Amino acid sequence: MCGIVGLHLREPALYPRLGELLTAMLGQLADRGPDSAGMAIYGDPTWSPDGHSTVTLLNSPVPATELAMTLTADLGVPVTGIDKSPTTIVHAPVDYESLTAATRIAAPGARLIGFGSDLTVLKGIGNPAALADAFCLPQARGWQGIGHTRMATESAVTPEGSHPFSVGPDQCLVHNGSFSNHMSIKHQLEREGVVFDSENDTEVGARFVAKQLAEGAGLEKALLALNETFDGFYTLLVSTAESFAVVRDAISCKPAIIAETKQWVAMASEYRALADLPGIGDAHIFEPEPEEVYVWHR
Amino acid sequence: MAPLATRPAVTVDLTASSTREVNELLASSEAPKALTITNPRGAHALACGLDAELEVTIDGDVGYYCAGMNKHASVTINGNAGVGLAENMMSGTVRVTGDASQSAGATGHGGLLVIEGNAAARCGISMKGIDIVVGGDIGHMSAFMGQAGRLVVCGNAGEALGDSLYEARIYVRGTVASLGADCVQKPMRGEHLTELKELLHAAGIGADPNEFTRYGSARTLYNFHVDNASAY
Repeated sequence: MCGIVGLHLREPALYPRLGELLTAMLGQLADRGPDSAGMAIYGDPTWSPDGHSTVTLLNSPVPATELAMTLTADLGVPVTGIDKSPTTIVHAPVDYESLTAATRIAAPGARLIGFGSDLTVLKGIGNPAALADAFCLPQARGWQGIGHTRMATESAVTPEGSHPFSVGPDQCLVHNGSFSNHMSIKHQLEREGVVFDSENDTEVGARFVAKQLAEGAGLEKALLALNETFDGFYTLLVSTAESFAVVRDAISCKPAIIAETKQWVAMASEYRALADLPGIGDAHIFEPEPEEVYVWHR
Repeated sequence: MAPLATRPAVTVDLTASSTREVNELLASSEAPKALTITNPRGAHALACGLDAELEVTIDGDVGYYCAGMNKHASVTINGNAGVGLAENMMSGTVRVTGDASQSAGATGHGGLLVIEGNAAARCGISMKGIDIVVGGDIGHMSAFMGQAGRLVVCGNAGEALGDSLYEARIYVRGTVASLGADCVQKPMRGEHLTELKELLHAAGIGADPNEFTRYGSARTLYNFHVDNASAY
């Protein structure tokens, strides 16, 4: 099954409520994916302060404070480490390439699950609502957030298998469904030099989109290319530092509903996740059409 | 127990009561003749499995499988409906004033389903005698394997309309993106105009039957010869 929620805020007055709204949305879809969950927040001033880049890790072999001290010494700038077990957040006033490279050395064996200037990714296993509380998601602020509740079908229930898959700077992809031709696409991407972290089908979609974006395609073009290339069932929510996008496969059996107001754009697997958003009564509510790419820009 | 017609109307607020409490009340021998549900907020499986001449009004948007398996009852949703609205309905009337998600009226055996807005994909999939009237458009693969009943679309139809159709009859006022396998346009004869007029009247939609086109099965895909129709 799996559940997807996403909220793209247009009204800055709502930024302080992002985490609270996203937590409530995620809680409504906990029973669509009770085994694990992940969340991505764009622009939280504690996790991803202005002028800092942020890297998030799973299963760091060193505690957050120790990792921050090592990175501070390595990079020569003050690095902050935050423990959100099993996720670790580090941020520093350097570019994300430098922070990512230093983190890979300082935390060998840890899985990098997010990096960029605005993005923090949190993942874990267990009840999604309990995870959101453990991560202090209700207190998060920012301008965009996405969440995923997972009912695993294609790979094991692990924090690494939780969505979102974030494999490019400030990029996230969450998926409801299952790809059917991802292994051949994965092999092709591997021949082109793409390195994978997991056996998960969704990671192939995320790597495909990241490669398209890295080669200069816009998000809409990248998702049209995904439609052309991937078979299977998918409702995808894809976000970047500038954009929020939704696409569904030709059959569109995996549900999706979008609500849009002047203050926000929201997407969820089911309406009940949207029912308590402020101003929902005046929202334009619709289901995305098959193979159409819907993109909103900041 | 008071006779159904004399029982007082009841309103249930779903922020104070659970879906199960409402459905148990509706299924009980003490069910009110008229019941209004407020604040549904996308709840699933509301007013399912009704089996009496009840009048249920739901003020707000509902989730999956609302009014599924309906028999005899009249259910009105003042809002939008999620997946599987009035799935496997046997009789009675279900009306939604907004839009309905995919698989509305799926496998329905009888009764009337009215969707005043648009219906998404697979509307009337495997319909077996239900009548469905849609005020707006319908999505792809609608009436797939429709065996009996009528599907009326006042707007446009999506891709693969009536794919693998048996004997359900389809009337569309607008355009059809594409016809599914074995679904063909057919002439509108007098009896079709008459039944379409009756369906539109029953749905309370003031469209002109002369503006519609009829679609049905070319009967080349299934093992059925029209000469044997009386045997079925």
